[in-house]
Amino acid sequence: MSNVLVFIEQRDGKIRKSSLEALTLGNSLSKKTSGALGAVIAGSGISGLAPELAAYGASRVFVADKPDLALFSSEGYTAALDAAATAFNPSIVLASATAMGRDVAPRFAARRGVSVLSDVMSLDVANGRITGERPVYSGKARVAVTAAESAAIQVATPRPNVFPASKADAPGAGEVVNLDLGTLTIRAKVVKIQAAEAGEIDVAEADKIVTGGRGIKGPESWPVLRALCTELGAALGASRAAVDAGWIGHEHQVGQTGKVVSPSLYIACGVSGAIQHLAGMGSSKVIVAINKDPEAPIFKVATYGIVGDLFQILPAMTEAAKKLKA
Amino acid sequence: MNHIVCFAYVPDTETKIKVAADGVSIDEADVKWIVSPYDEYALEEALKTKEATGGTVTALTFGPARADTGLRECLARGADEAVRIASDGLGQVDSLGVARLLAGVIKTLPHDVVWMGNKGVGTDAQVLVPMLAELLDLPHVNLVTKLEWKDGAIVAHREIEGAEEIVEMSLPGVIGATKGLNEPRYASLKGIMAAKKKVIAVKTPADAGVEPATIAGPAAHVRWTKLELPPARQAVKLIPGDDPAKAATELLNLLKNEAKVL
Ligand SMILES: Cc1cc2nc3c(=O)[nH]c(=O)nc-3n(C[C@H](O)[C@H](O)[C@H](O)COP(=O)(O)OP(=O)(O)OC[C@H]3O[C@@H](n4cnc5c(N)ncnc54)[C@H](O)[C@@H]3O)c2cc1C
Ligand SMILES: Nc1ncnc2c1ncn2[C@@H]1O[C@H](COP(=O)(O)O)[C@@H](O)[C@H]1O
Repeated sequence: MSNVLVFIEQRDGKIRKSSLEALTLGNSLSKKTSGALGAVIAGSGISGLAPELAAYGASRVFVADKPDLALFSSEGYTAALDAAATAFNPSIVLASATAMGRDVAPRFAARRGVSVLSDVMSLDVANGRITGERPVYSGKARVAVTAAESAAIQVATPRPNVFPASKADAPGAGEVVNLDLGTLTIRAKVVKIQAAEAGEIDVAEADKIVTGGRGIKGPESWPVLRALCTELGAALGASRAAVDAGWIGHEHQVGQTGKVVSPSLYIACGVSGAIQHLAGMGSSKVIVAINKDPEAPIFKVATYGIVGDLFQILPAMTEAAKKLKA
Repeated sequence: MNHIVCFAYVPDTETKIKVAADGVSIDEADVKWIVSPYDEYALEEALKTKEATGGTVTALTFGPARADTGLRECLARGADEAVRIASDGLGQVDSLGVARLLAGVIKTLPHDVVWMGNKGVGTDAQVLVPMLAELLDLPHVNLVTKLEWKDGAIVAHREIEGAEEIVEMSLPGVIGATKGLNEPRYASLKGIMAAKKKVIAVKTPADAGVEPATIAGPAAHVRWTKLELPPARQAVKLIPGDDPAKAATELLNLLKNEAKVL
């Protein structure tokens, strides 16, 4: 019997989808180990979120609700996870591999003297040990990783958007346990969050992405891509060439020195498919390439491709997408 | 201020990866090695800060002898000191093991800021920044794209999903750099010549206060059990683009009915 504890991330009082994915994964692991599923959440004025976590199977919800935790701090949120782990005694701890999860999980792991199965795209448990798979060497290889017998606590960060989120068949009891963290020493603290432009979907969390490369010629072409994004509910991505030319911010960049994404649909427009770009999007489920050069390397990884001028193809796709919805 | 820059010496991003006979590591023949790209941003920011406010920059890596070339590269760009923790004979060490070694050596050196990259290319783990900070009992801020200095503190802009966080951190502390922070410089000829004459301090795990048997082999908590090349993708289904409307309709139908992603 081993308990599974999942770190839950909220922003503005709303639970992140990636955390529900991790919780769903945690629920299936806890069934396999016949353990209980716990969730831990930190913030201020967030106690009302417990029922939602129960719906995803959490039998206990550890809540650290304090004004000092209103905004993220690695030290404060790790203290919450640590206190919940002390109370719940899990053998498996999960946090989604988001900016926050990647901050809290390794700090917690180091505190407990263990390492992390980082950014896994699959995760299973057998004989109490977790095993996962993840891309390495910029997606040019993949490795099976496992937590050794010597690890008393096993920590993993599942990649967002890879594991499905679904409510549990049988909801958990959702018993709320308030954590008393005492006085926190916080030396690094978020003082402000500046949201991206309203309505902008982040590429790292998006289920569909339309990316523009140098082939779009200039920033005046983004509306052509954005129109398709709107029809498909997709996020807007960019190659490094487009970012470095100053056409759009780095937060849109996909690749080795940008974001690593795993959407179900990735549409690359005017992107040649350099190895460093593939490093960021090679694990997408379906890849579409639109490029006028039939020799472009992007076609080697694409599922579907159109050889043609993106300025003609994209508007036609936007039209076709509208018709499909109608 | 004293700056320490931790970097990983990794296969060039263009390198073709082949799996070695052991089935868990890469075949190192023909691999060209580089300072991991994110670590270049860390080094650049440390050098810029030193140039503005004085102090020293020490480059630190854990790796085999070939990583000395990476240390010389850091010296050539302007680092003052170079330290390597020798990895010889250790075999697989997990991220916690690397963090323990780095922390052990950093504790013996004066440090106001420890600089790192947000991700070591290759292992792509993205865990060492918080781990090292925890072991050093320091605060950290990761994914930094912009920095301002205040007395004894910094204000950092950190990139998160769909937003930017503004983080205040007191020093000493650990800073994880990402792209956008700066444009790394090239080494000057003069720098390259001067770097050749510098001595690289080589340390052992014992110098870091770490008993090898506690981090390597069965003591590693996370182990790689099998390294594989990704399965080949199916050949692309090409749609002629000469009639854009027809091509677009065909593509969207395939996405809906065949791939089932719409
Ligand atoms: C250390 C390092 C890290 C890097 N990190 C990244 C990264 O994170 N992300 C990244 O993307 N790159 C990265 N790169 C850069 C990468 O090597 C490439 O330079 C970059 O991806 C090229 O961008 P692109 O495909 O947009 O441009 P190009 O390679 O110039 O390709 C443009 C494509 O557009 C096509 N095209 C032109 N006009 C049209 C048209 N009208 N219709 C259709 N197609 C058209 C062309 O045929 C061409 O294939 C990195 C490089 C290094 C060295
Ligand atoms: N072998 C190493 N020696 C020194 N620093 C390292 C080493 N490996 C990783 N790092 C540092 O840790 C950062 C994050 O690496 P990782 O957590 O492995 O993705 C890198 O950008 C480096 O700054």
